[in-house]
Amino acid sequence: MRTAVAQLLRRPMTLFGAIIVALFLLAAVFGPMIAPYPYDMLIRGAARLPPSADYLFGTDQIGRDVFSRVLWGARDIITLPLLTTALSVLFGTSIGLFIGYYGGWIDEIVSRILDALLAIPALALALVMLRAVGPSPFGIVAVIVVLYTPIVARVVRAAALSLRGSGYIEAAKLRGEAVRYILFREILPGVLPALVVEAALRFSYAIFLTASLGFLGFGVQPPSPDWGRMVNEARTAFSQVPWALWFPAGAIILLIVGVNLLSDGLRRVFRYEGQLL
Amino acid sequence: MITPVVQVEDFNLEYRLGKRWLNVLRDVSFAIMPDEIHGLVGESGSGKSTLALAIMNSFTPNARVAGGRVRFEGEDLLDRTPAEMRSIWGKRMSLVPQDALAALNPSHTVGDQIGEITRLHEGLSRRESLRRAEEMLRRVRISDPETVMRRYPHQLSGGMQQRVTIAMALSTSPRLLILDEPTTALDVTTQAVIVDLFRDLIHDTHAAALYVSHDLGLVAQLCDRVTVLYGGEVMACAPAADLYGRPLHPYTISLLASLPRRTEGAETRLPTIEGVAPALADRPAGCVFAARCPAALEQCRREKPPLEVIAGDRLIKCWRWREIASGALIIDTSPQQGAGDAPPRDGYVLTAQAMFKAFDPPTLVDRLLMTGRRPLRAVDDASLRVRARSTLGLVGESGSGKTTLARLIVGLETADAGALELLDMPLDLRLNRRPRSALRELQMVFQNPNDALNPYLSVGEQLGRAVRWLSDERLSRDTVRERVRALLSAVRLPETFAERYPVELSGGEKQRVAIARAFAADPALVVADEPTSALDVSVQSVILNLLKDLRALKGASYLLISHNLDAVAFLADWIVVMYLGEIVEQGSVAQVYSAPSHPYTEALISAIPVADPAAQRKHIRLEGELPSPRDLPTGCRFHTRCPRKIGAICEHDAPPIREAGDGHYIRCHIPIEDLTRLQVEDPAAHVSEAG
Repeated sequence: MRTAVAQLLRRPMTLFGAIIVALFLLAAVFGPMIAPYPYDMLIRGAARLPPSADYLFGTDQIGRDVFSRVLWGARDIITLPLLTTALSVLFGTSIGLFIGYYGGWIDEIVSRILDALLAIPALALALVMLRAVGPSPFGIVAVIVVLYTPIVARVVRAAALSLRGSGYIEAAKLRGEAVRYILFREILPGVLPALVVEAALRFSYAIFLTASLGFLGFGVQPPSPDWGRMVNEARTAFSQVPWALWFPAGAIILLIVGVNLLSDGLRRVFRYEGQLL
Repeated sequence: MITPVVQVEDFNLEYRLGKRWLNVLRDVSFAIMPDEIHGLVGESGSGKSTLALAIMNSFTPNARVAGGRVRFEGEDLLDRTPAEMRSIWGKRMSLVPQDALAALNPSHTVGDQIGEITRLHEGLSRRESLRRAEEMLRRVRISDPETVMRRYPHQLSGGMQQRVTIAMALSTSPRLLILDEPTTALDVTTQAVIVDLFRDLIHDTHAAALYVSHDLGLVAQLCDRVTVLYGGEVMACAPAADLYGRPLHPYTISLLASLPRRTEGAETRLPTIEGVAPALADRPAGCVFAARCPAALEQCRREKPPLEVIAGDRLIKCWRWREIASGALIIDTSPQQGAGDAPPRDGYVLTAQAMFKAFDPPTLVDRLLMTGRRPLRAVDDASLRVRARSTLGLVGESGSGKTTLARLIVGLETADAGALELLDMPLDLRLNRRPRSALRELQMVFQNPNDALNPYLSVGEQLGRAVRWLSDERLSRDTVRERVRALLSAVRLPETFAERYPVELSGGEKQRVAIARAFAADPALVVADEPTSALDVSVQSVILNLLKDLRALKGASYLLISHNLDAVAFLADWIVVMYLGEIVEQGSVAQVYSAPSHPYTEALISAIPVADPAAQRKHIRLEGELPSPRDLPTGCRFHTRCPRKIGAICEHDAPPIREAGDGHYIRCHIPIEDLTRLQVEDPAAHVSEAG
């Protein structure tokens, strides 16, 4: 495992991605402590100021410090996707292992249901579901988990399917092992490399989708600092306070690029080293 | 003096691994003369395929030539660029690959692909090139070339695909043909036909050929001269008759002696070569074989012996060949003695009655559309019994249903019909209905050692799990550890292996762990599906001996599955022969090997190559393709290929099962007396045209 991490960080692009992600994680944990102002404080006489030493990212049209709001917002944009990724991986892995191992008509039925879910464009389905659940952070998590579980399940299913006929699985069957043991002790470790890569990829997509839903107003409600919502709000006042749009939008882009570089590195390392882990 | 077609002189090749350059081939020298079929034998990792490619001046990107020369018809090839080589490849030297399907382009017809060679190298027009392609197909004895020309590669059987690659390789009349394990993926019976074809074609064209193989028997039957490679070095090179008849190198001597064969007596063990071949990264400074050599001296470990030319046309690399040649040193190759079996018990461990399994039944759609699709009958009404403390060998080609029958017995597939009895107790056909006490008694060893063990769990964890799980009482941690140790020592692995992971083990070691796992709870019957076919020659005998030792030690019985009757015969007491899902013959080893036997068994035995150029087995070749188990022939299932077919009765009526002796049964229309007479008096009466 240690060699895999060393291998990972030896690639400059991956290292770059890891540094970006680490910075954002620091912001998520310590942001509220280092932010110069509360996220909802209107600073008297300081509306529409461009970036300066006092206000690093400038202030927005009603006089809130953009730097503070971006820092405060880092927490949601990271924790929500992390939670959705964790839950999608948990559900997707369980379903994928199960149908991949059993095959047959169970696999046939469940796979078709998953295919049906995958056939609908993610954002459209998310909007419909969020209408029903109502806009809230919990709603976003629930909706994205529904969207991503099938994707993870398919990846895990494919990996489990390729291991199903191997001698060690058949030997476990001949011992009369319980299905649970076979799935989680014999098959899961073999699926893990593919799963790690897929989880990193899901994480980056979840960030993007969370930000998009925030932009459309389905996320954390105002005045909470949601990067997507900030971009939307700044859009109307773009000509007067362009920096209020640049910084949250830039933060979204930078975070997604960082996560993608990292997941790309993971894929390369696991493709070659996966068997040795 | 005749110029050799290929002359390799002091050739050295290195591979880069990280920052080091490792020697893959060291000081390799040998020559291939015109009209000669030259065998290149070695185990996996010996560098034989690398050497074959080097002769074609083709290298992997991490390779570099570290000295020496490769001459082809007197020209030095190594400084040629790939562009210059393109006029040589395919024209003056060509390659017949191991995996024909992978080598053929799936999106072009067979005719186009063969024709492309002559269009490219001889500038023939499309029409002429196709005519040549058809002629080539006829020369490789494809009976219906017009149809085959229009087919795509995947529509042909493995044997036919290999014929197509041979047709391609020969269509420009090359001076040198390189054959890289071209029959390894084929069945024994098909292999025999293809090897006959090679021999005739190569001698007809007066080309030279390099035949790369791990199979000493095959090389003996086909090659004029043989070079033996070990650890990247030439150990010996000699005319086939000398190499097999009077081997001088300890490696060759031991390897030939270790080949599995029929032996008498339960206590007989095959002579073995201990240890494993040195890995690329740690090849010794002295003789590469010294670590495993039964005659190694201090000098052998310290200094590399020179490759000496002896008797004009033999090469040998050994410090002690003079002593071996003079008879002063005798490499002990007498069969070893092991423990005899525990006294046989009466009765049967396992009885399988009328087992039936069909795959892929017609779906509802098939029925509605009346597609006439029939299920694939993999095992059809097969019954067998395994005696207590004995070994039953189950033999047949791929597609014969032998593996399916074994899987039905252990329960990995559920039989559609039939009845099983284990230790005189009825055994459910479904695995999940079998009690633990039954699971314990019936275990399996798989064919591929590489996926037999979970790569993510240590050897100790995997063995421990089997010990704990199959035990009725709760075992303490110490007891489990103790039993794992005992299992490891039973398969002759050091205790420290418990800590290791499968990646750290060689193929033979993995297979030993897999065998240890099968013996975790002292089973009554172990089913072994081709347990040695994925292993190197020098390791096979070790595993076979081990199985024999364990049988004596634990009193278990085996159901041993193989396509190679000779490999089975070492262990087996009884043989069951299957063809297209049906049992065609069963009897003791002696009964099956001698007349009378089923014509299919006769052909199967005659197809196995013997590692002795002087040996003559009956020459019976099965022509035609194995019929699809979805569309079985009427009457006798073997009639489409049977060299001893007697007439219409074979095509229309299912043959009776005739008793030929005590417990010896043959399913054939030919009466036993006639069968015996045919096979004894006139063994070659029905030799097919292939001969």
